[in-house]
Amino acid sequence: MPQFRIPGPLRRLSDGQVTVEVDATDLSTAIAALDARYPGFKDRLLDEKGELRQFVNVYLNDEDVRLGSGLNAKVGAKDEISIVPAVAGGRRRA
Amino acid sequence: MSKLLGLKCRECGTEYELQATHVCEMCFGPLDVVYDQTALKKVVSRDRIEKGPKSMWRYRDLLPVEDSAEVVTLGEGMTPLVKADRLGAELGLRNLYLKNDSMNPTNSFKDRVVSVAISWARSNGFETIACASTGNLANAVAAYAARAGLECFVFIPVDLEPAKIISIGVFEPNMVAVRGNYDEVNRLCSQLVESTPWAFCNINIRPFYAEGSKTLTFETAEQLGWKLPDEIIIPIASGCQFVRHRQAAKELVDYGLVREDRVPKFTGAQALGCAPVYNAWNSDTPERVLPVKPDTIARSIAIGNPSDGMYVNRIARETGGVVEAVTEEEIVEAMRLLARTEGIFTETAGGVTIGVLKKLAKAGRWNGDEVVVAYVTGHGLKTADVLASANGHAKRVEIEPTLKSFREKVNI
Repeated sequence: MPQFRIPGPLRRLSDGQVTVEVDATDLSTAIAALDARYPGFKDRLLDEKGELRQFVNVYLNDEDVRLGSGLNAKVGAKDEISIVPAVAGGRRRA
Repeated sequence: MSKLLGLKCRECGTEYELQATHVCEMCFGPLDVVYDQTALKKVVSRDRIEKGPKSMWRYRDLLPVEDSAEVVTLGEGMTPLVKADRLGAELGLRNLYLKNDSMNPTNSFKDRVVSVAISWARSNGFETIACASTGNLANAVAAYAARAGLECFVFIPVDLEPAKIISIGVFEPNMVAVRGNYDEVNRLCSQLVESTPWAFCNINIRPFYAEGSKTLTFETAEQLGWKLPDEIIIPIASGCQFVRHRQAAKELVDYGLVREDRVPKFTGAQALGCAPVYNAWNSDTPERVLPVKPDTIARSIAIGNPSDGMYVNRIARETGGVVEAVTEEEIVEAMRLLARTEGIFTETAGGVTIGVLKKLAKAGRWNGDEVVVAYVTGHGLKTADVLASANGHAKRVEIEPTLKSFREKVNI
């Protein structure tokens, strides 16, 4: 199953877990599944319009999702989704 | 009593104790240092500042280092503010000034933020200093860590300019060259910060680090005779210093250090090859800054995913400034223009600032009497390679050691 990597500031929500597996096929449903298991994540990651918050970077296997399909990005069984506070930019070189 | 009250989220206002942390647990917003302004108002004065050291530490009361802490200093700050009459004449500006921050100990503005960051870190028990850097920051961190006798790790993109690698390496930090660009280096460090006991200047101790930027604007006002200019042109990388400069202007007003209560227009400069903030400025949603892949010779400001980008656009709009960007050719032209007219050799980031100044002047932004200050933030030797590959010696001739040869080849 795809796996979230949770940053320090949000581990209080995930009972201290660094990684959380979810059953999902795209990023949007992955976030919903994460929130269903550990309530609070959705509010932290998405704004009132349902878009990624300005200060949240989400990387799908090191690719900044904003440079790709955003919340519609497909996620597969072996994918890792990293949540990183915005002070850190980042994207793997093409 | 401490003059420092804690940290506060710029977005949601959640308060935290003073500690090495930089993001709000509630909303991921950036954290800022909160001072006891009531207590400081009784202490801070022009007279007290003017009697202080001839460095940026004359503003110590307004920096996040406790009075009891020993600061780590190489004499940074109080760099020249020069009136640029010859450049001004070319641009139609009669009151143009350049704050030449390439005159700092490691030849860039970064000495200000690093002096504060390492002073805070050392006095709070950290033994290792680290940073993610496009070069100038690593240079400053390596030098100040040497000065302080602290362990040092610098993380840099693998393809950094040779001159920068040498001027970092001489201080013998642990240098980690990452096969990626700055944004990737920064991201790696922001994940590392959770598993190391290190003070990363621009990550976990960023709230303290960022405060050092304010001194550039404090000094500018002091050097103008305790007056703020009408407009300041600032290069934009993460946008971190841009935000602090408006804060500095506010503090100058709040503490009664300047005569008027008018805050300058703050204008941002980017290279078109890495212009996420400029792109957003020109879009329908200026506060939604989308990341880009950097491709510019102005590598010291090539941040594709700027953490404070949205604030830059907010502050530019609120103060009446703009965000403008220039091409690679305009950057090099501006470096030459500054050197030719004012005798100042700046790096590519300075070329961005001067290029934007020129572009705005030519577009008729100013009537000519405004007091405009451009922040020149790094020395030209750091990026000399861009001139070497661009016909850098147009007036060079080679002659025999004879008068005859001289007269034949040189027009006087």
